[in-house]
Amino acid sequence: MEHLYAGLVRWGHLVTGITWIGLLYYFNLVQMAALKDAGADGTAAGITKHVAPRALLWFRWAAVATWILGVGLLCTLGDKGASVIHKTFTLQAPYAGIGIGAWLGTIMLFNVWHFIWPNQKKILGIVPATDEVKAKARRVAMLASRTNLMLSLPMLYFMANGFSHRIG
Amino acid sequence: MKNPLESITGTIISGLILTAVLVVFLNNFLAPVAA
Repeated sequence: MEHLYAGLVRWGHLVTGITWIGLLYYFNLVQMAALKDAGADGTAAGITKHVAPRALLWFRWAAVATWILGVGLLCTLGDKGASVIHKTFTLQAPYAGIGIGAWLGTIMLFNVWHFIWPNQKKILGIVPATDEVKAKARRVAMLASRTNLMLSLPMLYFMANGFSHRIG
Repeated sequence: MKNPLESITGTIISGLILTAVLVVFLNNFLAPVAA
């Protein structure tokens, strides 16, 4: 039963993580450039009204689900339970490797909910904002999203290199 | 100096450098998981 739980949590962490990081890459590699071009020919509304809100919905909640399932996965490792979480986030052996990945993921989740989503709400007109505020929000959201793109590379290295498999 | 996060290329290079720095940090300053 324990193996089934660990397997399901690991699987869920991967599925939600792919959803989150896949959308992060979509925003950075596709949507930002597409919006620039669409703004030039007056077709940006198609993206900002119909695509971006849906993508952001899946993006921010997939981030939450990934983090929660990540904590659930940590609880299945080695010492099990709260002790593992403490050792992971304080980078103690043998959890230091996965701990770095966990910290990077946590910082990225914070960026999503503290910088990206609140500023996207202003950009997309979900909350009222002046043009000046929108321009600032665009800049902050872009830099937060790029920061997460940068952090995703080491985060995935520490997640995908078996650090959570090498613990008894 | 231009902010590397202004471009995708700069962002990816920054991510790769950060990965290398963290791997060195793990291997030299934190106890490796499975040496």
